[in-house]
Amino acid sequence: MSRQSNRTTDSKKMNAELFTLTYGALVTQLCKDYENDEEVNKQLDKMGYNIGVRLIEDFLARSNVGRCQDFRETADVIAKNAFKMYLGITPSVTNWSPAGDEFSLILESNPLVDFVELPDNHNTLVYSNLLCGVLRGALEMVQMAVDVKFVQDTLRGDGVTEIRMKFIKRIEENLPAGDE
Amino acid sequence: MADEAPFQLLHQELIQYIYKSNERGEINQESGRNITKLENLGFRVGQGLIERLTKDAARFKDELDVMKFICKDFWTCVFKKQIDNLRTNHQGIYVLQDNMFRLLSQLSAGKQYLDQAPKYLAFTCGLVRGALLSLGVKSIVTAEVSIMPASKFQVMIQKM
Repeated sequence: MSRQSNRTTDSKKMNAELFTLTYGALVTQLCKDYENDEEVNKQLDKMGYNIGVRLIEDFLARSNVGRCQDFRETADVIAKNAFKMYLGITPSVTNWSPAGDEFSLILESNPLVDFVELPDNHNTLVYSNLLCGVLRGALEMVQMAVDVKFVQDTLRGDGVTEIRMKFIKRIEENLPAGDE
Repeated sequence: MADEAPFQLLHQELIQYIYKSNERGEINQESGRNITKLENLGFRVGQGLIERLTKDAARFKDELDVMKFICKDFWTCVFKKQIDNLRTNHQGIYVLQDNMFRLLSQLSAGKQYLDQAPKYLAFTCGLVRGALLSLGVKSIVTAEVSIMPASKFQVMIQKM
């Protein structure tokens, strides 16, 4: 109808906001359900893990990315392909450890925290901890055990948001007994 | 974010979490409480979403206009498609029919898992209720599915 014209909203952006708001509602619920922030962090990580192990399938099916030769390539794929596809941002990859088994993802903006302010009584809450779980779960499905954690967070007054990823080991493929 | 996969998976986790958290503690819980919880979560999200969505919109003429907005713009924003059919008895009851409901379309195309359907609809019911309330329309929203993934949402307007 005639009104239609002035209501054109960017549906992609709105969809991101739907995700952001839903995530916010989830964290709110968790904060109500659990007494301390540590428990909430743990729960978020667990849920992220569950998402990650399924999201990797979606990612591999749609992105045309093959097996990564080393951790550097993995880092690139995560930052340039995965974050881009699902969150619409491209974090920068920095702070490599000399051994090449550790790096940081720097997020200039974090879509998960768009409308968020942390109240004072939640200073140990890692609001976006879901992301750590997602990364861990997804990488586990491609045989990489990785330790993921937030070391800086804009929500807690840091200049940027930094996710630290540490490669632990390659997971050997375990064939079920009697299976070749 | 150009993608809906994260939302779908998050929604799934939300359901899992709510259902699991009530299983601890209470033995004799009924699923109604879980549905209410999910509905309330959706309610809050709907309220927030509509604030963003109607930022530049013109004022609505009447109730029907609001419902049309929900069917077109709101649904497109959340589920990337419009409601397929909107019916009303002109006495405050609206039925919104979506023949390909996004949150069920991956689940089944028939009667399989029909008993699981309510928990996949609760969040969306809340979403609609929250959106409507923010637009000044108080309502009760329920949903029913006879064959997945087609879903019917019934909106009962309550006089303020």
